[in-house]
Amino acid sequence: MHKFLVHRRADHVGVATVDIAEGETIQGVYMDDNSTVEVVARNSIPLGHKIALVEHPAGADVIEYGQVIGVTSEPWSVGDYVHTHNIRTKRWA
Amino acid sequence: MSKPILGYRRPDGSVGIRNHVVIIPVDDISNEACEAVADKIPGTMALSHPYGRLQYGRDLELHFRTLIGTGRNANVAAAIVIGIEPNWTKRIADGIAETGKPVAWFNIEGQGELETVRQACWKAQEFVQYASELQREPVDWSDLIVSIKCGESDTTTGLASCPTVGVVVDRLIDAGATVIFGETSELTGGEHLIAARCESPGVMGKFVRTFQNYVTFIQSQGVDLLGSQPTQGNIAGGLSTIEEKAMGNIEKTGTKPVVDVLDFAEAPTKRGLNFMDSSSAAAECVTLMAAGGAVLHFFPTGQGNIVGNPVEPVIKLTGNPKTATVMKEHIDLDVSGLLSHDMTLDEAGDALEELMVKTSNGRLTAAESLGHREFVLTKLYPSA
Repeated sequence: MHKFLVHRRADHVGVATVDIAEGETIQGVYMDDNSTVEVVARNSIPLGHKIALVEHPAGADVIEYGQVIGVTSEPWSVGDYVHTHNIRTKRWA
Repeated sequence: MSKPILGYRRPDGSVGIRNHVVIIPVDDISNEACEAVADKIPGTMALSHPYGRLQYGRDLELHFRTLIGTGRNANVAAAIVIGIEPNWTKRIADGIAETGKPVAWFNIEGQGELETVRQACWKAQEFVQYASELQREPVDWSDLIVSIKCGESDTTTGLASCPTVGVVVDRLIDAGATVIFGETSELTGGEHLIAARCESPGVMGKFVRTFQNYVTFIQSQGVDLLGSQPTQGNIAGGLSTIEEKAMGNIEKTGTKPVVDVLDFAEAPTKRGLNFMDSSSAAAECVTLMAAGGAVLHFFPTGQGNIVGNPVEPVIKLTGNPKTATVMKEHIDLDVSGLLSHDMTLDEAGDALEELMVKTSNGRLTAAESLGHREFVLTKLYPSA
């Protein structure tokens, strides 16, 4: 059973569809082709919050919905919890 | 689009799904009289608001357009307008009366509130009895003007509730209906996607100018929207940036071309998907869209916005299983099955379509049954 969904194959983040515990190995489903991906969660992630699917340095564009939705403000590892502590808007900056 | 809808056809040919008699105050100091009439005559509704004095220019034009548009809305069978003085009062009543529906107006100066209320009550009783004689009749889906706006969004909005609305919006437009979306600030980061969907260079130019005017206004205030967009509720729900919020928001617009760009509260003249310049605050936005003529609203929510509108039924749907459980009295449709893959997007669209038909035929929405009648006028700048 999947625990997160990913809008597009090219996306850098998935969205938790249930609460995820730190250390869990979890499966995600890509919504555009129903293929799956497996990730170890490095943090606990509440339902609706995001998990990193790629390594990123700080200052990298972040893709979700196949579009740029912001920029990393801290480096990411795969499985990291992604939210306002490590991503910020490219607007009004 | 085969299921029939029974609606009210108004004298100007527009189609409503409710049959309200409204008492509209022109100004803040006439609220009391309007509420007295609504208290006395069951079946009427006072649309109280805090403005209407010493407004000028574009802000005054919007005030008139919003009040006139609300009275013209096809969900309104008849309207009474009460103001402190006759000129502005008559102007609003005349604007509504162009539709051919019964309208009466009263001014308080020269006779006082008690006499005004007495006269308005006689007329309100007459209008309620008139409205009660009107019958629903089969109408075409293409006659409907539907509006869409989401609120208290979270990431489930972009995964589930907004895509569900997008499916039904596409079906409505295929059937020839008119759909209005807006929320200028919440397109930020996705404005290029909307611009690319404009059906002609003229419409695209109008859209780009409208969006740029908004950005210029924000910059002219020497501020940014960090802290407001995304909202605290959005952030609690997992949305991290305005761009991410915009992507979810845009999902509900479906896939059809944008045929026109409307000013605040402006009535659409083209069938298909219309963009209306509007605030993203729920009650303000729905009030503007209802004043533009929308008779049914789809409202996807994540964390649980509870807004309603006095004349336009607001159907709420959520993809957040927690919200669907803990706030269920506010939710008309739970599409959280899309997150767990217990439901396909087509099935969710079918469920919303069925609910749209039931609601159009008279079923009360959650917001209606809870008495939510938020009527919030957009003010462009301070009064003189």
